[in-house]
Formats: sequence, structure tokens, C-alpha cells
Amino acid sequence: MTTVTLFGLCGAILVGLGLYSTLIHPQPLRKLIGFNLLGSGIFLIFGVIARRGAWSGVGGDPVPQALVITGIVVAFAGTALAAGLLLRLFEETGTATLESPRAVDPASDRSEP
Amino acid sequence: MSTSGGAWLVAAAVWPLIAMLSGFASGGRHASRVALVSMGVGLVIVVVIAVLVLAGGEPLVYLLGGWAPPLGIGLRADGLAVVMMLTTVVVIGSAGLYARADFGPRAGLPETRQSLVFWTLLLGVWGAMNLVVLGRDLFNLYVGLELLTFAAVPLVCLDGRGETLTAALRYLMFALLGSVLYLLGAVLLYGAYGTLDISLLAERVQPEPVTWAAAGLITAGLLAKTALFPLHLWLPPAHAGAPAAASAVLSALVVKGSFVLVIRLWFEVMPGLWNVAATQLLGVLGAGAILYGSILALRQKRLKLLIAYSTVAQIGYLFLMFPLAFDVGSARLEPGIALTGGLLQLVSHALAKGAMFMAAGLIAVALGHDRVADLGGVARALPISVIAFGLAGVSLVGLPPSIGFVAKWLLLSAAIATGQWWWTMVLIVGSLLTSGYVILVLMRSMSPLADPLRPVVQVARSREAIALALSLGALLLGLVALAPAPSVSIISTGAVAAETLAGAGR
Repeated sequence: MTTVTLFGLCGAILVGLGLYSTLIHPQPLRKLIGFNLLGSGIFLIFGVIARRGAWSGVGGDPVPQALVITGIVVAFAGTALAAGLLLRLFEETGTATLESPRAVDPASDRSEP
Repeated sequence: MSTSGGAWLVAAAVWPLIAMLSGFASGGRHASRVALVSMGVGLVIVVVIAVLVLAGGEPLVYLLGGWAPPLGIGLRADGLAVVMMLTTVVVIGSAGLYARADFGPRAGLPETRQSLVFWTLLLGVWGAMNLVVLGRDLFNLYVGLELLTFAAVPLVCLDGRGETLTAALRYLMFALLGSVLYLLGAVLLYGAYGTLDISLLAERVQPEPVTWAAAGLITAGLLAKTALFPLHLWLPPAHAGAPAAASAVLSALVVKGSFVLVIRLWFEVMPGLWNVAATQLLGVLGAGAILYGSILALRQKRLKLLIAYSTVAQIGYLFLMFPLAFDVGSARLEPGIALTGGLLQLVSHALAKGAMFMAAGLIAVALGHDRVADLGGVARALPISVIAFGLAGVSLVGLPPSIGFVAKWLLLSAAIATGQWWWTMVLIVGSLLTSGYVILVLMRSMSPLADPLRPVVQVARSREAIALALSLGALLLGLVALAPAPSVSIISTGAVAAETLAGAGR
């Protein structure tokens, strides 16, 4: 097995694990961690594709390497925003779940199924 | 090669972001003024681009730094981009004028963080929308989409209540999942074809497993962001919980940003990759959205939730263009009247839904609640708002002369022309259900009260007028769309859709 295949498979496994925990777990924090796992898997695949594009004298295709830096920054910003919202939600309501939000004022009687 | 006048595209992409930063730097007291002035300038920029595209008859292109793809990235304004940018600046500008009373400076009161955040994010949404419609590079578009999400999510929870925080968090979770799926698809395409540029990819893609996987991932990611049924769960609480001006922007524009990318992917990058099943599947999801969203809208007890479910339904109409534009003979998606109809539906919904949320916001302020059952007497107290709601409803239902009528007429014609009668049923039932919830609200608000209604808070006539102007725009644009239009290709793959539009309208 070549290094590229090995790392590609690792990336695929990370994507699968991340996708699973993002979709299955109801708790937002777990979803967030799953999202990060999924992101890491994708960034690893970026690295694999960079390595596959290597030619003589250059260790890897520089374009995916440039993209992955931006991708990491964006994923970091998304995680920070979600963590901030989660902390604020905990301060406001004392819980950090997405299940059955409490109606805060009586005027907003919810009628969702 | 950049075309002459291409530099205007840079102005369109960068100007809102400059305004955002200077609004942020100038503080909450001046942010509203900075925002409104910059929206005026932005309107001029977009009009110049529109005139250049119309006059030249072909898209404007700008290559950043003079580097051609695949090394560099390009911006390009075709018919789709121009229409989206015009709609965006009109809706954002109206929302800005409308929001002055809520978030503008008030004499004698200290500046609030909420107002600073609102104006900054509003400008952020505007800039991100322009970037998303102009971008030609899939990764650049990914950054634009993320910018759009990060600007839109905090707009949902500006008031900081637990309920809206939950809605915002759920929205963010859907959006983040959607964006990583999109990114995975984009990187697969890069790995297979060595470019992320839309035009180059269109030349290089082959029907093979990696393309299908990438297309599926990108589409799924974008659908989560567009809130197509059954991925709509985040939309109603988020759009109903936001302040009225923010709801208008979220419903009218933000969900359309990712939809534009669906059009780019399906019609431009890989028009020949699809088969009947794939296009019918999108149509079925759209039909599900129309029926499910409309029926739930009918059952809502709160006006803003009703309008939010109506958004779920109206998004469904956009996806009917895919089965209707699929040409079985050549097995390709052909840009024709179905695409034009979908695009007009996009504009119609943007204007009408913006007007509806603004009118509903004023009604909620005046009554102190927005329970549909207790709307009695509102038509007398706030006649302009109710008229604005009704006229917007006319466009959503698709009655002439509204632009919604032209959109649905084109979709109907395409369904009949391609012999797909089942979509005509969906269109007709959808319109009936839509008229059901619009008439329900109008009847409730016109039912007389024994005592004349006393508004809790007096709302300014000027704010009602903004909602009315948007709904009148949706109503009267239909007349413009019926007039013979100059031919401009909507997307780069040719097709003089505006001409067919004029033909089909008569």
C-alpha cells in the first residue's frame, strides 16, 4: 500500500466518523466535535491530493496546500462561532441541547409538529 | 482576459466589505448612516454593471491580478449574477431603511451593541451575496458561502433569547455540515480534474464515479444551506425568531445564495452529467417542499412562523426548474424557459417575502403579538401594512400581473411543453394552498372588532411604505418581464433566455 492510499483511507475514515457523530448525536457539542473530525478528514484528503500532484523536484501540488490553510481558518471560525453560541445558550437557559426549546414568553406559543 | 469594465465587478465585491469594516470602525452611532450611504453607492455600482452587460450583450469578466484560471481566479457577471445583485441591493437597501427605526441612532440614548452588530452583519450579508454570485472558483465560492453563513447566523439571535439562540445554533449546525460536504465535493473535483474554475471544469468533467460523488456531495451540502425539504428543519424557527428586517433579508436573500450555486453546478459545470432520475428527484423534493410547507403554513398560529413555512414552500418552486429544463433527447440540462421561470420565481419571492416579513414585523410591533387568530381590526389600524402583505401574497400565489405569475406561467409552459403533466398539478395545488394561507391572514385582519384596535406602539407610515414599495415592485415587475427584453445569456452556456421569456409571455 502506498503512502497516498494509506492517508487517503485515513481521511475517508475520519470523514465517516465525523459524519456519523454529526448526524447521530443530538447534543450540539458532540455535533461540533464531529464537524471538526469531518473537517480534519477533508483536510487530510487535501494533503493526499497535493501529494498525488507531486512532480520532480516539488514535494506536492501547492494549490491544495494553499486551500487547506484557508479551509482550516474557516473551520476554526465556524467552530468558534458555534462554541460562542453554545456558551451563550447555556448562560441563558441552563441547558445546551437543541431539543424542545422552551417557549420564553407566552405570546410565542409554538405550533410546530 | 478581463473584459473592459470588468473592474466594476471588483467594486461590487469589495465595496460592501469596505462599508462593513468602516461601519464597524465608526461605532454603533454612525454605523446606520455608513450602511445606508454605502447601499446607495452600491446600487449605482450594480446599475452600471447591469448597463454594461446589457449594452455589451455578453458577461463581464475580471481576472484578479491578470492571472488566468486555473492559476488565478476570476469574477464574472452574467445575467444570473446581475439579476441577483440587483435584487440583493434592493432588498438589503429596503431592509436598511426599514431597520433605521429599530437599530438607528436615537437622540439621548447611548449606542447599543445590538445596533452595531446588526449593521455590520447586514453589510456582511450583502458583500457575501455579491461574492457568491460573481465568483467563478469553487473554493472562492466556498469562502463566500461561509461568509454568508457567518453573517446570517448571528442575525437570527440578535435579541439573545434562549429560543432564538437555539434556532441560530441549529441553523449553524446545518450550515456547517452543508459547507464541509461542499468542500469535500470541491476537493474531489480538484483531485480529478486539477482545476476549481467553473468554466474549465465544464470542459473537463467526465461522467465517472468521482464526478458523481463530488456532484452528490456538493448538491447535498448546498441543499442543506438552501433548506430544501427535508433539510428545512432549521429554517422556520430561525427566520421567524429574527428581528423583522433580518428575517426579510434571511428569507429573501440568504437561502438564494446557495441556490445560485446549485444552478451553477447543475447547468454550468455538468449539464450533461444528469439523467432523468436525478432531475426528477430534485423536482420531487421541490414538490414535497411546496406541499409540506404550504400545509404547515396553513396550520401555524403565529404570523411570522406562517411566513417562514411559506418560504419553505416557495423554495420548492425553485427546484421544479431542474426536471423541466432536462432535455431527454440530448440528455442535458438546457437553459430555457424553465431556467428563466425559476430565476423569476427567485426574484419574485425575494421581493414579496421581504415585504411580507416587514409588514408582519410592523403588525407584531403594533399589536404586541403576532397570533393569527387575534389579528382582527389590524386592517383598519395598519391598512398599508395589510395591503403590502396582500400584494406580496398576490405575487406568491402567482396572480397576474405580478412577476410571480410570469414565473409560474413559464414553469407551467415548460411542464406542458415537455409533457410532464405531474408538475402542473404540483404548481396548481401549490398556488391554491398559498392563496389559502394568504386569504386566511387577510380575512382575520379584516374581521371587524367591536372597539377600534388601539396599537400598543404607533408605527411610522414610512416603514409601512417600504414594505408596500417592495410588494408593489413584485407586482409591477411582471409587466416589465412581459415586455420584449434585450437578449442576454443568463448563464455562460449560451441560451438567449430573455428572448424566449418575451416570446412565452405573450
